[in-house]
Amino acid sequence: MQFLFKTAYTDDIRFLARTGEKIRVALVVILLLAAPFMLQDYYLAELGLLLVYAIAGIGLMTLTGHTGLVSFGHAAFLGIGAYTHSILLSKGVPFTISLLITVSFSAAVGMLIGRSASKMFGFYMAIATLAFGILIETVFGEWSSLTGGHQGLAVPDLIVFGLPLAKAWQQYYLDLVLTLLVIWGASNLFRTPTGRSFLAVRDSELSARCLGVNVEWAKIQAFGVSAAITGLAGALLAHHLSYLVPEVFGVLESLKLMLMIVVGGMGSILGAVFGAIFVSILPVALSFLKDVLPASIGQTAGLEPLLFGLIIVIVIVFEPLGIYGRWMKLRFFFESFPYYRKSSYVRQKSYLKTDRMR
Amino acid sequence: MRAMCRGHGPLPQPPTEEKVLLPLNDVIHLAITGIAQGCAYGLIALGFVLIYKATEVVNFAHGEFMMLGAFAVLTFSEVLGWGFWPAFVLGCLSIAAVGYLVDAQIMRRIIGESQASIFILTVAFGFIFRALAGMMFGWNTRSLDTPFDGKIAIGNLVEINSDRVAIIIATVLLVGAIYLFFGRTRYGVAMQAASQNQLAAFYMGIPVKRLVSLTWAIGAFIAAAAGALLAPMTQIDTTIGLLGIKALAGAIVGGFGSIPGALLGCILIGVIEPFADYYLPGIKGVSAYVVMLVVLFVRPEGLIVQTYQKKV
Repeated sequence: MQFLFKTAYTDDIRFLARTGEKIRVALVVILLLAAPFMLQDYYLAELGLLLVYAIAGIGLMTLTGHTGLVSFGHAAFLGIGAYTHSILLSKGVPFTISLLITVSFSAAVGMLIGRSASKMFGFYMAIATLAFGILIETVFGEWSSLTGGHQGLAVPDLIVFGLPLAKAWQQYYLDLVLTLLVIWGASNLFRTPTGRSFLAVRDSELSARCLGVNVEWAKIQAFGVSAAITGLAGALLAHHLSYLVPEVFGVLESLKLMLMIVVGGMGSILGAVFGAIFVSILPVALSFLKDVLPASIGQTAGLEPLLFGLIIVIVIVFEPLGIYGRWMKLRFFFESFPYYRKSSYVRQKSYLKTDRMR
Repeated sequence: MRAMCRGHGPLPQPPTEEKVLLPLNDVIHLAITGIAQGCAYGLIALGFVLIYKATEVVNFAHGEFMMLGAFAVLTFSEVLGWGFWPAFVLGCLSIAAVGYLVDAQIMRRIIGESQASIFILTVAFGFIFRALAGMMFGWNTRSLDTPFDGKIAIGNLVEINSDRVAIIIATVLLVGAIYLFFGRTRYGVAMQAASQNQLAAFYMGIPVKRLVSLTWAIGAFIAAAAGALLAPMTQIDTTIGLLGIKALAGAIVGGFGSIPGALLGCILIGVIEPFADYYLPGIKGVSAYVVMLVVLFVRPEGLIVQTYQKKV
């Protein structure tokens, strides 16, 4: 058990207050930086992809976990990012400028959607975003003069400031730097008044409004931030895919993003990262499971969606805070070592909370 | 996800060179097909709205109840050879039991969690139901023999398949039954009370938990009936549950808070769809979502509004 003694005013706003946290974060960062020296190219690319998904997860987490707005169409922003970036690159725009334009464009689309969505309530938004996702996928498919349609679109090579980043480790470092930037930025965001207003809107729209938060504007901002981060992830994803087809950005991808943040843990940036790790390991684990199980069970069609669904149900019913919640409990167990009891964390029963107006 | 874009039966092939106005009998044919499709959406939407009003849960897996219902009726009627009507009743009742259990065993545990978690939970149910249905009934497209395979002629203009008429009649009957149930019976009134204020209803001695589960059962029953009636038009496979999303779109177009609104919205979507597919093949299969988004942008609360401000 460590007691925190504040000895300076800046202690109040310090990111990593505890020594343990500092050591852990430093270890993870060092390991990530050292990864290219330890891993083969294939695994390095997979790790880079994981980081990209972590960025996308943080994007969705900002919206769903922190602002309480469910989006079932977030892969659309991933797609908008990927397509915008690739099209700009193939028109000869340099990488950095293209990335900036992509992020701003994605944010603009997000704010536009957010402006409409801010007038909707609850699940209307979930379904509107689902429809938006399906429509954007259709647009990618039908607008073949720009997006290549279902034929696909080749992504230009990755060249940053005139340096071709063709090797796996170079691309990995690009992903890593941007991921760390996004994590840093997002955690800072939730300490600003803007970010706090997001959390207030999530916890109760009515109370937030009573406290003087401009709920509509907060929702629009949340959509903008979320779309910008997801668009950035999309641009990076394009370089990993190297060939874009509309189906990649369909409803299933949106659900995968959703699975990520639910299993990772709603309402925490760390949760999005955990979720990305989980989603990256899941296919490997499933294929392993298929080999281990007897053929009559392992080869059944539909085993994957079944397990996919079951995992979500089990996580939501038994551990609503996901892997992050488990992690918190584990940490508490070690920090308060002999004193952890079964009753240290008990889920409270609560009544139906409602903001229903109709 | 192309599977989300499937729907109605065969359409007249669009002319390749230019779009001409359809002849009148084709228009009537398309319109009646659309109304029938819309009624099927409406039946699913009815379940959505009932469950939403009772528990504030939007059951994204409701289309899967429809799919399971179609498969259950198919199994009872073909495998066991009981004929259509006994199989229909038994199939719908068994899906109602599934709906009851889903609420009593799982949904009840997560009352008070955030809305987002609950949405995602029901989406996950959809995945589980689809996978289980595929494992139990096979992944192939099946067709169900119903007593409605004749044609009904209206004047000498147009012939209508009687399966479409059956859906429309069944919708009217079921909606009438629901209306009477909620207006006239003890259970129905108790459900209304529980929907308005669960705690107050509980204090008045209403068994809220059981009634909520019963609402789920009723919703599932109606969806299963819709599935069985829709089977001649769409065939049966594991993806027809995704029509539920279109039903949801229809319900939103009409206004989720009211049952007549939801039905009207669904019929609207059902009618618009075949014409949009014919005239605007670019948005084939997604016209329902376009209509919904337009309505949401213009009138976020739906066409028929039933709204009041929440008191603090």
